[in-house]
Amino acid sequence: MRRRAAFALVLVVLAGGMTSCGDDAASTDAGAELTVLAAASLTETFTELATAFEEANPGVDVRLAFDSSATLAGQAVQGAPADVLATADTSTMQAAVDGDAVPDGPTTFATNVMTLVVPAGNPAGITSFADLDRPGVDYVVCVATAPCGKVGASLLAANEIGSDPASLETDVKAVLAKVAADEADAGLVYVTDATAAGDDVESIEIPQADSQVLQYPIGILEQVREPALAQGFVALVLSDRGRAILADAGFGTP
Amino acid sequence: MPAALAAVFLVVPLVALVVDTPWSDLWTLLGTREVRDALRISALTSAATVGICVLVGTPLAWLLARVDFPGRSVLRALVVVPLVLPPVVAGVALASALGRNGLVGGTLRDLTGLTIPFTMTAVVIAHAFVAMPFFVLAVEGAFRSTGAGYDAVAATLGAGRWTTFRRVTLPLALPGLLAGCALAWARSLGEFGATITFAGNFPGTTQTMPSLIYTELQGDVEVARTLSLILLLVSVLVLGAMRERWLRVP
Repeated sequence: MRRRAAFALVLVVLAGGMTSCGDDAASTDAGAELTVLAAASLTETFTELATAFEEANPGVDVRLAFDSSATLAGQAVQGAPADVLATADTSTMQAAVDGDAVPDGPTTFATNVMTLVVPAGNPAGITSFADLDRPGVDYVVCVATAPCGKVGASLLAANEIGSDPASLETDVKAVLAKVAADEADAGLVYVTDATAAGDDVESIEIPQADSQVLQYPIGILEQVREPALAQGFVALVLSDRGRAILADAGFGTP
Repeated sequence: MPAALAAVFLVVPLVALVVDTPWSDLWTLLGTREVRDALRISALTSAATVGICVLVGTPLAWLLARVDFPGRSVLRALVVVPLVLPPVVAGVALASALGRNGLVGGTLRDLTGLTIPFTMTAVVIAHAFVAMPFFVLAVEGAFRSTGAGYDAVAATLGAGRWTTFRRVTLPLALPGLLAGCALAWARSLGEFGATITFAGNFPGTTQTMPSLIYTELQGDVEVARTLSLILLLVSVLVLGAMRERWLRVP
């Protein structure tokens, strides 16, 4: 008897989970929800843009998911329930386009360059990018699959840095966190991350950083549930107001 | 009926993995340096983890099972905490304690200049932290169920404490000890959250198989799938071998 009750309970829980998923997919009425997948480096700016969008559209709830661009592009292709995708470079967006996830194609909305950050007070006494080659300096970068890792690797090569990083982090915010916590002596992040971290880190310019400018594209996903809201959000990002928010955070104009 | 549901639920994802994997890439991948490094690190760290569990976990299990001291139940509860702790939280906790600005790690760095994160030692520490409770619980259970009676007999026959432990207690608890080793080994082999949080992720030093799979998942899903299959095969082979020899169910 008890066993049967337990089984019934499992079924009820499973069924409950399924219906609630169904509700999610069909929520077009009051309290509409817009889901935006955005690169980790967009954490601060897109949070601000989402607030602005919610203010302009009362009753609308913008949900944000930040991760590595490669992860998000993969999720978008797998049909993740989301409306908008914004990545930190064109090749991860191209992967989403190739996977038929962005039918109308992307638009570039910002640019970014990389910089070297050290913990506040610069405990390892790093004064130039070349110091990464000094023995005993532990620096961290992104994995090569993430845009920050790809550009980071080519900047390291361009500056003939031969030493290996101490760790390959999965996204740029993980690199920033390791440096801000003084677990690493230095890390390669975007200038916008250095701006966002404020006094927790100090920036050191990377020679030739300007030769590797990242283009940030945004696009509406194939599985969009709120097409009008999605278009509105993209329009806000591309508007003068959106540009101003992005420029304040250190992003460049495409 | 519920039993069938559970069995199907457990088996289907594994079958899907086996069916969906491009088997032809298996040998090419096994030949690459990254995969061999990750396999080597996983093998070394999981073996070291089991070694540490046996060396320090066995005495702890014995203490918990056989010695009645004040605060024993509190200690047992504390030992089990990492068992229910999310691995990422374990990683954060380890970084707070052993990171280079951590409670212990900071002092260590001031005194010796040594830092733990980003080293293979850090990987083993993370693994031992999450695997030890499994080992201690299994071995404690074995010590408990064999009972203290045999020990008492050995003692009356003139055996010293160490001889009793070595010749009587340990052999009787051996099946439990081996089961504990298998559990700790499997937990270590699969450990990901605490490792990537505390030890980092670099090929050749701290990148274990699960870390490599996670990294590849962001690049090439097919490769990640094949690597997952390799890890699955390794686990099944080793557990199969152990079951044949030691864990035979009557």
